[in-house]
Amino acid sequence: MSTNRQAASASIWRAPVLFAILAALFVLEGTVRNGMFSGSWNTSLAILNMGLISAITALGVNMQWGYAGLFNVGVVGFLALGGLAPVLISTQPVEGAWEAGGPRLLIALAAAVGTLALAAQVRKRLPKWRGLAVTAVLIGGFIIYRWLFDPAATAIEANNPARHGNIGGLGLPVLLSWAVGGVFAAAAAWAVGKVALGLRSDYLAIATLGIGEIIVAVLKNEDWLARGVKNVTTIPRPVPFEIQLQRNPEFLELANSWGMAASTASGIWVKLCYMLLFLVVLLSIILLAELALKSPWGRMMRAIRDNETAAEAMGKDVTARHLQVFILGSAVIGIAGAMMITLDGLMAPVGYNPLRYTFLIWVMVIVGGSGNNWGAVLGAVLIWFLWIKAEIWGPELIALLTSPMPDGNLKAHLLASAAHMRFIAMGLVLLLVLRFAPRGLVPEK
Amino acid sequence: MSDSHYLSATGMRGGYGKADILDNCTLTVDKGQIAVIVGPNGAGKSTAMKAVFGMLHLRQGRVTLDGEDITALSPQDRVKKGMGFVPQVNNVFPSMSVEENLEMGAFIRENDIRTTMEQVFDLFPVLKDKRRQPAGELSGGQRQQVAVGRALMTQPRLLMLDEPTAGVSPIVMDELFDRIIEIARSGISILMVEQNARQALEIADIGYVLVQGANRYTDTGQALLADPEVRRTFLGG
Amino acid sequence: MDILNAVVAILNFVVIPAAAYGAQLALGALGVTLIYGILRFSNFAHGDTMAFGTAVTILATWGLQALGISLGPLPTALLALPVGIAATAAMVLATDRTVYRFYRAQKAKPIILVMASVGVMFLMNGFTRLLIGVDEQRFADGARFIMDVRSFRELTGLKEGLAFKTTQGLTIVIAVIVVWALFWFLNRTKSGKAMRAYSDNEDLALLSGIDPEKVVRMTWIIAAALATIAGTLYGLDKAFKPFNYFQILLPIFAAAIVGGLGNPVGAIAGGFLVAFSEVAVTYPWLKIAGYLFPDWQPGGLLQLLGTEYKFAVSFVILIVVLLFRPTGLFRGKSV
Ligand SMILES: Nc1ncnc2c1ncn2[C@@H]1O[C@H](COP(=O)(O)OP(=O)(O)OP(=O)(O)O)[C@@H](O)[C@H]1O
Ligand SMILES: [Mg+2]
Repeated sequence: MSTNRQAASASIWRAPVLFAILAALFVLEGTVRNGMFSGSWNTSLAILNMGLISAITALGVNMQWGYAGLFNVGVVGFLALGGLAPVLISTQPVEGAWEAGGPRLLIALAAAVGTLALAAQVRKRLPKWRGLAVTAVLIGGFIIYRWLFDPAATAIEANNPARHGNIGGLGLPVLLSWAVGGVFAAAAAWAVGKVALGLRSDYLAIATLGIGEIIVAVLKNEDWLARGVKNVTTIPRPVPFEIQLQRNPEFLELANSWGMAASTASGIWVKLCYMLLFLVVLLSIILLAELALKSPWGRMMRAIRDNETAAEAMGKDVTARHLQVFILGSAVIGIAGAMMITLDGLMAPVGYNPLRYTFLIWVMVIVGGSGNNWGAVLGAVLIWFLWIKAEIWGPELIALLTSPMPDGNLKAHLLASAAHMRFIAMGLVLLLVLRFAPRGLVPEK
Repeated sequence: MSDSHYLSATGMRGGYGKADILDNCTLTVDKGQIAVIVGPNGAGKSTAMKAVFGMLHLRQGRVTLDGEDITALSPQDRVKKGMGFVPQVNNVFPSMSVEENLEMGAFIRENDIRTTMEQVFDLFPVLKDKRRQPAGELSGGQRQQVAVGRALMTQPRLLMLDEPTAGVSPIVMDELFDRIIEIARSGISILMVEQNARQALEIADIGYVLVQGANRYTDTGQALLADPEVRRTFLGG
Repeated sequence: MDILNAVVAILNFVVIPAAAYGAQLALGALGVTLIYGILRFSNFAHGDTMAFGTAVTILATWGLQALGISLGPLPTALLALPVGIAATAAMVLATDRTVYRFYRAQKAKPIILVMASVGVMFLMNGFTRLLIGVDEQRFADGARFIMDVRSFRELTGLKEGLAFKTTQGLTIVIAVIVVWALFWFLNRTKSGKAMRAYSDNEDLALLSGIDPEKVVRMTWIIAAALATIAGTLYGLDKAFKPFNYFQILLPIFAAAIVGGLGNPVGAIAGGFLVAFSEVAVTYPWLKIAGYLFPDWQPGGLLQLLGTEYKFAVSFVILIVVLLFRPTGLFRGKSV
C-alpha cells in the first residue's frame, strides 16, 4: 500500500520535474556559452520551435500508437503531404498556370478518383469475374487518366519554368493551410487504413512504409505540383520578417532597451512569435485529445487497445475504431507537416528522410511514454534537443576519447564518422527504453 | 503409497492466471493400464493433462513417474523420461507430410527410427498410403491417427491422449479405441480424456470424473458405468 | 526479322534485368519470410542487415584486392562473401541475444518485436555508415560482360543488341544454388525439418523436444547469409549505397507478402513477380512497339510509370494482395 502511494506521488512530480529540467536545458542553451552550449537565444529558440513541431507530430503518432497500438511507419509521408498544403493554398497564384492546364488536370484527377471508386464498386457488387473486371476498370481508367493528365502537366511545367512551372497556390492565409494539411494527410490515411487495417498488425506498418515513400517520390518528381526538387521558396509567413522589424523604429527602441543588436533581437522576436503560434496549436490539440480520451469514445478506444479480442467479442467494430484513430492521428501529423514548411519558408522534398522524420519521431514517442500526451511532448522536445546537440557533442566526445590515440587512419576515420554516431545513439535509446522502461519517461496514468 | 503407481499426480492445484482451475486434483495410472478422465466441458480435463505434462505451473502437488519425482521437469525432459502427449487441438504439423510428422515425433531419438515408424504404420495402415501427403490435408480422423502416431514415435512408456476421438465418425472411433487397447496391451500406460464417456469407460481400468477441477468420482470404469448417480449426471441416463 | 529484334529488345531491357533483380529480391524476401515463419514478426532491419553484410563484404573485397588476390573474370567479392556472412551472422545473433530474446520470453505482441526491429535498424544503419560511409561504392571487378552488345550484333546480324552482364549471370546462378541448398536443408535435414515444424506449430514442436532457441539461432544465421548474399549481388549489379538498402525493404516485403508470409516458395515467386512488374511497368515500350507495329505512331514513350515510381509498383501489388488475398498467393501464415 505504502509503496503504491510512493509510486503515485513520485509520478505526480515526475512530469513537472522533467519539464523543468528540459526548460533548464533551453535556458542553458540560450545563456551559457561554452563547449556544450551556444549561449544564443536565437539557437535555443530555433531548436525549441522545431521541437514543438516534432511534439505535434509525436502527438499524432501517439494517438495511433498509444491509443490504438497502430504502428505507422510512414510518418514522413504524412508530414510531407501536410507540407504540400501551404504550397497549394497559400502561395500566390502562378500566372498562366491555370490557363495552361488547370481544368484538364482537375478532370484527370477526378477521373483517377472515379476509376478507383468504380473499381471498388465493381469489387463489391460483381458476383463473378471480380478480379478480371476490377483489373479492366483500373487499366482503362489509367489510360484515360494518363491521356488527360500528361498534356496538362507538361503544359503547366512549361509555363515560366525558371521561376514557376507549377500550378501555384490560391493565395489564402497560411494559417488556413495548416488545417488543410491535416485534411490532406487524413485523406491519405483513410485510403491506407481502409486497405491495411483489420489485417495483421504488421501489414499496416508495411503499407504505411510504402505510402510514405510514394508520397515523397511524388513530391520529388511532380514538378507541376510543387516544383519537385527545384523547391518552392515563396511560402508566406504568418509572422513579420526580420528585415521589416529592423526597419521599424519602435522595434529598434525595444531592442535597444533589451541591450541587444537589432539583428539578434529581430531574430528572437520572430522566433517568439512562431513559438506562440505553435504553442497555441499544441495546447489545443492536447486539450482536444484529452477531452476525447475522457469521453466514452476514448474509453472504448482504450478498452479495445487493452483487449482487442474481448472488445470484438462484445460487438465493438474494432477495425472501424482503428480507422478513426488512424485518420485523426495522421491529420495531426499533417498539420505538423504544414507548420514545418511554414517555419522553414521552403518546400524542399529531398529533405524528407525517413530516418529523420519517421523513426526519430518514434524514438520521441517511445521515450516520452506511449499513451501519454504530455509524455509525447516531453519526449519530442527532449529528443529533438539531444538530436541537434549530438551533432556538436558527438564529434567533441569522440575527439576527447581519441585524444590519447596517436594520429593515424583509425583516429581520422573515427573523427570523420562521429556524425553517424547519432543514429547508433538513437537506436540504442529506442531499444533501451523499449526494454527497460517500456512505459517511457512519463507513463500513462 | 502413491509411488506404487506408474504415474501418479497428486493434489494438483494451479491454473493459467490468478484463479486456480485445478482444485486438489489427483490422477494415477498403473503400468499397461488405461485411465480415462471424463467430465463436463470446461471441467479442467485438458488443464489437468497439461499439468501432468509440465505445461502448466503448479502451485501445489507432485508428479511422479515410475517412482521418480518429475514435478520440476520441462515437457521436453518429460518426453525424454518416456512420456508422450497428444494435445486436444493443433496436434499435427499441418504443412509437413505424414512421414515428417512422425520423424518430428522422434526428434529427440538418436537411434534408428524406421522400425518404430513401421510399427506405427502397422497400427494405422492408412497413414502408410498417405505418408507423403501434408498432414493438414488429411481428414479429421486421419489427422488424429497422425497425432497419436507422432506421440508413439518416442516409444513412450506413458501415452497421454486429450480427446483422441474428437470429430471422428463412430466407425473410426471404434477403430481408434481398438488401436488404443492394442497400444495398452503392448505395455504402454495410457491416460486419456474422452467426451465419449460410455465407450471410454468400457475400456478403462480406472476412471476419473472431474468437475470444476476436482475429483468427483474415482473408480474402475465398469463401476462408474454401473453407478446410477454417475450415469444420471454424466452419461445422460 | 523485326519480331526477332523485338524479342531481343525485350530480353535485353526487360527479361534479363528483371530476372537478376527478381533473384535479388527473392533472396531478400526469403530471409524476411523465414524470420516471419519462425519468430513471427516482420523484420524492418532486414534491409539494413543486407547493407551491413554488403559493407563488410566490400571491405573484405578491398582487402583481398590489396593483397593482389582476384578471381579472374569473376568478381573478387565472391571470395569475400564468407567474411561478410560470418560478420553478419555474428551481428544478428548478437541482436537476438540482446534484443529479441527478451520479448520472445515475454511472449510480447508481434508489433513490439517489429518496433524493436526498427531500433535494430537504426543501429545497423549507424554501424554501416561507420564502416563504409554513406557514399556510393562500386566494387565489381573482373569481366564486365558475358555477352556485350557489339559481339551480339556481330554474332547474329540483328539490329538490336543484347548485353548480359557478368553480375546478372552470376546473380541468377548463385540464386539458383542458394535456393536449392536452402530447400535441401529445409526438406532433407533434421535441423531443417525442425525449423519447418517450429514454424508450423510452435507448441507441438516444443512437445517433440525441439529446442526453440536452437531453431531461432539457425534461422538468424540463414537469414544473415541470405541477406548478405542478396545485398552483395544487388550491390554488384547496381552499386552499393546504404540508403538504397533501406528503400529495397518495400519491394522485399511486397514479395514476401505476395507469396504468403512464412512460405519460402512464395517468397521466391513473389520476388520475381514484383521484379518483373516493376521493370515492365517502368520500361518505355516505344521501341518494341516500333518493331512489332511499324505503322503505329504513339504519342508518348509508352511508359506506364516513370522509373522514379518503381516503388509504387511494389506498393500497388501489395495493396492488391491485401485486398484480395491477405494470406498471399501461396497461403502463408494466417492473417
Ligand atoms: N490457455 C488458457 N488460458 C486461460 N484460461 C484457460 C486456458 N485454457 C483453458 N482455460 C480455462 O480453464 C478452464 C478449463 O478448461 P479446460 O480446457 O481444461 O476444460 P476441458 O475440461 O478440457 O473442456 P473441454 O471438454 O471443452 O475440452 C476453462 O474455464 C477455460 O476457460
Ligand atoms: Mg479439453
